[in-house]
Parts: sequence; structure tokens; C-alpha cells
Amino acid sequence: MSVTTLPSRGMALRQPSWIARLFDYKPFLIVMCLTPAIGLLTVFLTYPLGLGVWLAFTDTTIGQRGIFIGLENFQYLLKDPLWWNAVFYSVFYTGIATIGKFALGFWLALLLNNHFPLKSLLRAIVLLPWIVPTVLSALAFWWIYDPQFSIISYLLVDVLHIRSTNIDFLGTPWPARFSLIAANIWRGIPFVAISLLAGLQTISPSLYEAAMLDGATAWQRFRYITLPMMMPILAIVMTFSIIFTFTDFQLVYAITRGGPVNSTHLLATLAFQRGIAGGELGEGAAIAVSMIPFLVFATLFSYFGLARRKWQQGEAND
Amino acid sequence: MSNDITRREALALGASAAALAVTGASAQTASTIKAADVPPPKFAIEKGASLRMLRPVRFVQADEDVFRANAAKFTKDTGVEVKVDFVGWEDISQQTAVTSNSGAGPDIIIGFSDAPHIYIDKLVELTDVADYLGKRYGGWQPLAQKYGKRNKSDAWIGLPFGATAGPLIYRKSVLQSVGFDKVPEDHAGILDLCRKLQKAGKPAGFALGNAKGDGNGFANWALWSHNASLLDEEGNVVINSKETIAALNWVKELYPTFIAGTPSWNDVSNNRAYSSQEISLTANGVSLYFSLKNDPATRAIAEDSEHQLLPKGQAKISPMAGLTLNAMLFKHSPYPNAAKAFLQFMLEKEQYEPWLNANSGYWSQPLAAYADAAVWSSDPKVAIFKNTMNSSYYDGYKGPISTATGAVSADYVLIQMCAAVATGASTPETAAAEAEQRCKRYFRRQGRG
Repeated sequence: MSVTTLPSRGMALRQPSWIARLFDYKPFLIVMCLTPAIGLLTVFLTYPLGLGVWLAFTDTTIGQRGIFIGLENFQYLLKDPLWWNAVFYSVFYTGIATIGKFALGFWLALLLNNHFPLKSLLRAIVLLPWIVPTVLSALAFWWIYDPQFSIISYLLVDVLHIRSTNIDFLGTPWPARFSLIAANIWRGIPFVAISLLAGLQTISPSLYEAAMLDGATAWQRFRYITLPMMMPILAIVMTFSIIFTFTDFQLVYAITRGGPVNSTHLLATLAFQRGIAGGELGEGAAIAVSMIPFLVFATLFSYFGLARRKWQQGEAND
Repeated sequence: MSNDITRREALALGASAAALAVTGASAQTASTIKAADVPPPKFAIEKGASLRMLRPVRFVQADEDVFRANAAKFTKDTGVEVKVDFVGWEDISQQTAVTSNSGAGPDIIIGFSDAPHIYIDKLVELTDVADYLGKRYGGWQPLAQKYGKRNKSDAWIGLPFGATAGPLIYRKSVLQSVGFDKVPEDHAGILDLCRKLQKAGKPAGFALGNAKGDGNGFANWALWSHNASLLDEEGNVVINSKETIAALNWVKELYPTFIAGTPSWNDVSNNRAYSSQEISLTANGVSLYFSLKNDPATRAIAEDSEHQLLPKGQAKISPMAGLTLNAMLFKHSPYPNAAKAFLQFMLEKEQYEPWLNANSGYWSQPLAAYADAAVWSSDPKVAIFKNTMNSSYYDGYKGPISTATGAVSADYVLIQMCAAVATGASTPETAAAEAEQRCKRYFRRQGRG
């Protein structure tokens, strides 16, 4: 005997509500899911960026509405020795600091990847320079570089008697430039080291075991296993590092404010100096906009140069 | 010297200069201020009014304490709530810009010197309050008039509360040891003194870094004492002049006599170097002297220190401009009458005199009658700050004050011109030409309104 249960009349007639049907409609669902993200990006990213680019083409000053002046701000900057100086130092600062951060950061990551007592504690300590607010570390370096009260000068002059006079870290252009780069390297090492350490831990130990059985030296294991396996994360970390370094502001502004004799202005500090302190919003925006091509170039270089190498997809390099 | 201090003490003292807490004159001293019998303007305070005010953070703790007490007194008398926020000196300009451009925020901001000239269209005229106070308290001092009034008019757009100056401070015993009783008034004499101080191991040091107060103070002094100026009376940029070249050549000769590192000095560097006895001559506000005086470890240095107005050089009077506190009332305020009544109240002698005394000479008065305040006779070494606002020098001297005059100062254009020549990075001619180009950039739109 079979029993058939007939649907009730009410059940048969019940249809999904129009809201439920709307949310079942895939294109609508996609739009609804993306709208908050697009809205946030528009409000917090596109609008400020667009406004900045627009301001770069105006002569807006603080307290005065500007008018469209086309490329006049950029034409002025091309004739401005200070802008060229900032371009030079931004590139130099980024280049040297990035090399320093990667050399020391990678070395530190390799050390921390070994097994040793208190490994977790040491890894936490390595993170400290990155955790400390930039302005605080900048103030610490400001003291370290002080022409009269530098602890380094104190050690060299008063304790070790190696020198007779204090070191003038920030009073002349080149020492000031390298002093800032050293501070940036110190601050940036943890980011590089911890990121690369994470990458090192993804490399299978069996690769090293196999290489050792084949008689590979430590250098060969590094050259033919570690480095190729690390290349994708190196590319990503380097891209971020270049962007962070090129757009650095706090360290320079807190320690030298662009001095001495404007020799340590980065494009970011010069943009602030002209746009906010000097009130030339349009010109400040133009300086900020002038950073974009450098950043795009650096990003593309590290991305295509390091992450998109053919051998990573199983092919030989050209 | 018997008053040796440790390196650590010197560092602590340098920091304490920015947090001076002890006052030099009692706020309770009987008043000798003369006030004329002038009917005050009648402001119909709006019903339910409340005010919000921003002002620069105090250098002397008592500045804030007495200011807050005065504001509380106004609330008690009128029922108008007043909220006063203290913000960092470097931040006040940005906050004023945002307030001005957005048309929202505090009703009153006390900015610095030329700020009202930048936001002139957004401000309520304060002529009625200023006229009353001027008549009642012996008239406004020249610097107050310069910064308070709209250019070439008698309309008041700001209400100056006081100004601080940066005269010379030097170690009397050190100068005497090299054959000087005080700093000479002529450039050759100053150079001679500084060379001798350097030989004696106690050099001079003046900020040549991006220091808003001390760096600009030194650059302006170097220029003005050679009769050079940023602008002429009509507002034309005349920085690239033979007078400027002469000033830069003098700076070039003077710089090697300084202690090392001055191109990197900010506003506290000279305090620290002087406190630790590394230098024997610099320029600073009264805060350095009081921080030395109020610390037992350094009191002997204070006793051996003297103040002197910046030497005239070729100028007729000491070329020293005071950094002025200048109150602005914004048009967006829903309670302009309450705000005017508040500003007037704060500058009346019952409130202003205790505040002036509490500042120990850090701020000097904008109204002539307050020159009789007790603070000026409390310590002879403070007396020279009394006439800070009786100066004809100001940012943008000799031209009209404008947005651009403030911008040139904020962008450190003149300091960097001096530093470039001092360090040998530029010739005087090149540095002056570059400064001229930058200044003209700032001044190019002055007529556009």
C-alpha cells in the first residue's frame, strides 16, 4: 500500500517573497555584495586621490579657492632645484635603504629560521623596532644624532677616547642623508625579516635533505633552493618596502624637517612642507602626484622583475 | 666653574625648558595698572550661548591655569560655557586652516602673528572691542596694531593677546673673560666677540635649522640688522638686494665661530646647548632663563646669564619681532556677541594682569598700560621683554602682511638661504636669487583676492 501525501493548498500556492527572489538573482547579489566595498573605496581612496590630482592642476592655497592652471605647478617644479633635490634623495634613500633592509633582514630571517633556545622570545624582540610608533623611534634617533648629546659621540669621545670632537651627524648634507637612511633601515628590518622568515618556513626541509645527500654546499643550497623558493615573497615584500620607503615621512620630518639646507627632503616631506606649512596646496599636491610615476615604475620593476620570472612557471629564463 | 652639571642633568633641563612650571611673579601683587574710564561696548549675549576656543599650548604652566580660571570666571558671570582646548604650536595653523575652510569648529582661535591676515574673509571684525580696549588701557602697541589691523585700514581683524621675543642670552663671566661686558651693537664687533668665544672653547650658537622660532629669528636679525628686508613698503619682493648679500657674507664669516651642528638645530637645541654650558651666547625667549633659574642644579648659570636686545647693526632700533598671540573670531560662530564679550573680558585688567604676571615675562602685553604690571619689576633680567610689542619689525617687514609673508616663514625660506651660504652650499648671490624665486612664487597671487 502506498500512501501519497498531497501538499496542502496553502503550501502549493506559497511562493518565495519578492525580496527572496531578488536576492536569488545573481547579478543583483553581486552588486549588493560589492557595493559596500566599492563605496568605501570611493569615499576613502578614489575621492582623496582624485581630489589630490585635481588640486595639482590648480593654484589652491590654504584659505583661498584655486583655479585650474593646467600644468603650471609641474612646470614650476621642473625648474625648482629643491624638487630635483627631493627626487634625487627620494630615489637614493629608497635604493640604499631597501638594499640595506633586505640584506640585513634576509640575513636575520635565515638566522631566526634555525633552531635555538628562546627562539620565540628573540623573534618577538626583533619585531620591536616595527612595533614602536615611528615618531617615538624618530625621537630616539634624533637624540642619538644630536650634535651635542649624541650617545655615540659620548662613547667615542668621553668613554673610548677615540675621537676628540663630537660627530656632526645632522649638520651637513651627506652625513645627515646617511643618518636618516640608517634610521630607516633599523626601522624596516623587522618587516623584512619577519616576512621572509614566514617564507623560509614554507620551504620543505626535504629539499634541503635531498640537496645535502647530493653533496650540495651551504651556498649551493641557498643559491639553488632558498633563493628561488623565496623569490615570490621577496618580490612582494620588496614591492611593499619600496613603497613604504619612498613615501616615508615621519622619520625625516621628525629628525631633520628636510634640513640641513633642504638636503634631506623626500618628495613626501617636501609636499607637506609646501602644501600644508607653506599653504600652497596646489603645488604640494603636484609634488605628491609627481611621486606616482616613481612608485608605479618601482612596483612594476619589482613585480615583473622578480615575481614573474619564467622559471617560476617551469620555464627557463630568456 | 663650580656649577658643574652632569650630562644627564643638562638633558633633563633642556626638556624642562618646554615645561616650565614655576612663575617668576606673583599673580596676587597689587595692581598699579591705570585704566581710563571708558564705557564698554554693549554686547547682547545670545540666549543659550556657549563658546569653543583653541589656543596654543602653554609654555609656562601658570599660563594655562590662570587662563582657564579667567574663562571659568566669565562662565560664572555670564552663564556662557567656554571650552578652551590647548593645541601644539605646530598644529594650530593646520587646525585654523581646517576651521576656516570648512566653516565649522571653534568660535575663537588664538593663532600666531599673521594668521588673521590669511583668513581675513572668514573673520568677524573686532574693531569695537579693540577700540574700547585701546582707549581704556593706554592704546595698542605698534606690533599689536600691525598684526591686529587689516592692512592700510583701522579695521581690527585680530585681537593680540601678547608676544614673546628672542633676545640674546649670554654668560656674563665668559664674555668678560674674553674682554667684553656685553655683546657689541655692530657686526664687526659681534664677529670679533664670537671668534674670541670660540677660541675660549665656549662658542656662540644660533639655529640655522628648520626652526620656526629661533631659526627665523636669527635669519630675520641677520637681514634686518643690515637693512635688508623681504619686501619693500609696496609689497614687492626685494630679498635679492645688496643689503641681503652683505648680510649673507656676514653670516658666512660668523658661522665658523658657532658650535658644530647648528644647521640641524630646531627650537630646543640652543636651550639644551646653553643649559649644558656648551655655548655661552645664543638667542632665546625668557623660558630658558627661568628653567635655569628654577632648577637648583643650574641656578648659578642663570645668575651668570644676561639678556640683551638683538644688536642693531645698521638698523635704528633692535631688529627683533615678537611672535604674537592673535585671537580670531570666525563668522561661522553662532554666538559672535558672546565671543566678543569673552575676548573683551579676558583682556580687562582684572583677568589680563594676573595672566600676564603668571607668564613670568614669557608673553608681553599688547596694550600700553600693562607695562606697569608687576611682572616687569619682579626680576631685572626679565625687564627687557617688557617692550616686545613696541617694535616696528614683523614677519614680512617692510611690506604688508599677507598669506605669503607667513608662508615664507613657515617654509623656512630665509633660514635656508642663510644656512646655504653659511655651510658653503651656495654663494650669497645664488642663495639670494633662489630665495627670491621662492618668495616670488609665494607672493605671485597676492592681488587676486
